[in-house]
Amino acid sequence: MTLLDCLRVALTALKANLLRSILTTLGIVIGVASVIILVAVGTGASSEVDRQINALGTNTLIVSSGDRRMGGRSSGAGSDRPLAEADMVAIRDKVSGVVAISGQLNGSGPVVYGNANWTTNLSGIHAEFNAVKDWPVASGRELTPSDIRSNAKVAMIGVTVAKQLFGENDPIGAMIRVKNVPFQVVGVLAAKGQSGVGRDQDDTVLMPMSTARGRIVGRSQVQNDQIGMIHVKIDPQISLVDAQEDIENLLRQRRPPLPGGEDSFSVRNLAEFMKARNEVLNTLSYLLAATSVISLVVGGIGIMNIMLVSVTERTREIGLRMAVGGKGRDIMRQFLVEAVTLCLFGGLIGIAIGVGAAALVALYAQWPVVVSPSVIALAMAAAAATGVFFGYFPARRASQLNPIDALRSE
Amino acid sequence: MEAHSKPEGVAQRPLIVADGLVKTYRMGAEVVKALDGVSLTIAEGEFVAIMGPSGSGKSTMMNLIGALDVPTTGTLAIDGRDIGALDSDELADLRNRSIGFVFQQFNLLPRTTALRQVMLPMLYAHPKPENPEELARHRLEQVGLGDRLNHHPRQLSGGQQQRVAIARALVNNPKILLADEPTGALDSKTSDEIMRLFTTLNAGGITVVLVTHEPDIAEWASRRVLFKDGHIVEDVRHAHRGVADRGMVSAAQRGSEAAE
Repeated sequence: MTLLDCLRVALTALKANLLRSILTTLGIVIGVASVIILVAVGTGASSEVDRQINALGTNTLIVSSGDRRMGGRSSGAGSDRPLAEADMVAIRDKVSGVVAISGQLNGSGPVVYGNANWTTNLSGIHAEFNAVKDWPVASGRELTPSDIRSNAKVAMIGVTVAKQLFGENDPIGAMIRVKNVPFQVVGVLAAKGQSGVGRDQDDTVLMPMSTARGRIVGRSQVQNDQIGMIHVKIDPQISLVDAQEDIENLLRQRRPPLPGGEDSFSVRNLAEFMKARNEVLNTLSYLLAATSVISLVVGGIGIMNIMLVSVTERTREIGLRMAVGGKGRDIMRQFLVEAVTLCLFGGLIGIAIGVGAAALVALYAQWPVVVSPSVIALAMAAAAATGVFFGYFPARRASQLNPIDALRSE
Repeated sequence: MEAHSKPEGVAQRPLIVADGLVKTYRMGAEVVKALDGVSLTIAEGEFVAIMGPSGSGKSTMMNLIGALDVPTTGTLAIDGRDIGALDSDELADLRNRSIGFVFQQFNLLPRTTALRQVMLPMLYAHPKPENPEELARHRLEQVGLGDRLNHHPRQLSGGQQQRVAIARALVNNPKILLADEPTGALDSKTSDEIMRLFTTLNAGGITVVLVTHEPDIAEWASRRVLFKDGHIVEDVRHAHRGVADRGMVSAAQRGSEAAE
């Protein structure tokens, strides 16, 4: 009996109980659809994470003072000692492989231009900031070392701020007031989009560190050499982990540990931070994968159940086929083909639903979704494997029937 | 040898040779002897009716002749093959090649056209015939159903269904046509038509083994073998009804052809 013959018999049998066949495949439909959605969204998500990691700069370290970790509690003398200019200089001079370095001192406040005003993030930075963050200006110029040295009242603004204050007009050269201090806009930053945690990175005004220290963060809180956090860009040829260790060793010498022996600073590797986020996504993927495996198993059991019913209903037919010369393996193949056909039928419906749902996710969640042909092949293979696995037992039972008993059954 | 001394030209080669057949079944703790030392030779071209009340062993004998089962002891050769020495795949091949089955309940597949029903045994044939559809059509024409090729069983009368089953039994050119109560589900007029068809086929050379409990039907055969309690108690040859009827059959066939 050829496969084509088996397929013809299978289709006849399945058509005879069309509703039953459709209901039976529901588990497979759900399983395959969730495989498609899972892989489509998962692939899209990891490519999005990759993009974000690249946007952050894969070879960037962030040094911050350790007091942040204490969650607002005062942890004794020295614990809230911020990082200073001297720390940055030490890192630049003593750690090998530093290609660019900049502090970033953050605050926030209103920015006014004419009648327009906007409350935004305000940051003091050093001249290499754009290089460290891979964040060039779209128009105008970056801040120069001399701007920093001279406490110049100049600023780069993000595109969100530019739009809020200037609309369609060119901001370059305009005078804005930041916390009532006039600044000249010298550059507009390239659009950067959302950060990994969903913050609008373009909603910012960047100014020289020296200028920011005096005016942006309330004077009383600011030590005169404070620089907030330090961004360090490391030569890609050099191991980021080694560089991280060098910085930690250096800062341990410069800064006394907290009571309890903990470091009074932390060095974070942004790529690792994003990888951790990626792991959350992976966990989500595992959950979806478990869902699809479970529904394939449940669907498979449904297939097995209905195939057993079918074998029982068609005992006489099996007997007849054996009487006219059908061998055990012919009967076995016939029922296996029927089970696999049922599963592939469910698989096709599942793929249609899965692709549709993935498209909806892409449309409404603005989440990049990738449905690749290999995923569809994988889903069909999973459906076929389910058919073979769960069809085997009923098919074997059919093939082992005694032809005499089978012919005589009612 | 001895065959020469036997009456009425049984010089034909023996097709079914049973020697000391014993078949026992285990029913719980009890062992039932369905056949108890049966020896029987059926030659090529014979038309044999196997008779007997239920429990006599005739169904068991039919299962063995049909190569659906193997004897407990004794030997049974069908078309030269000792079925006790065959495995289940070889038995299936033997059934496929040498035996055509006709059942009381027709055993047609539902939702399947007459043509496909008749093609069924060819699905399992080795080597496969090159033109199965044509062979099947030819057999359906032979049983008078040339105009019912694409009918489903539900659209056919009982007699027509049995004719489809007979066409199916014939399609692989078997040596033996094995019919188990073939008229049990038919009225007497249709029964006669079916038995006439068997007679015609037998005249064409095929060996017919008919299992029945109806003496009327057995009369169509040229030899009656009566089973009782697992033994053969009677084995008689006689002029079968078909001989007397044959002229009538062809007359009837000519008549129906003329009508069309």
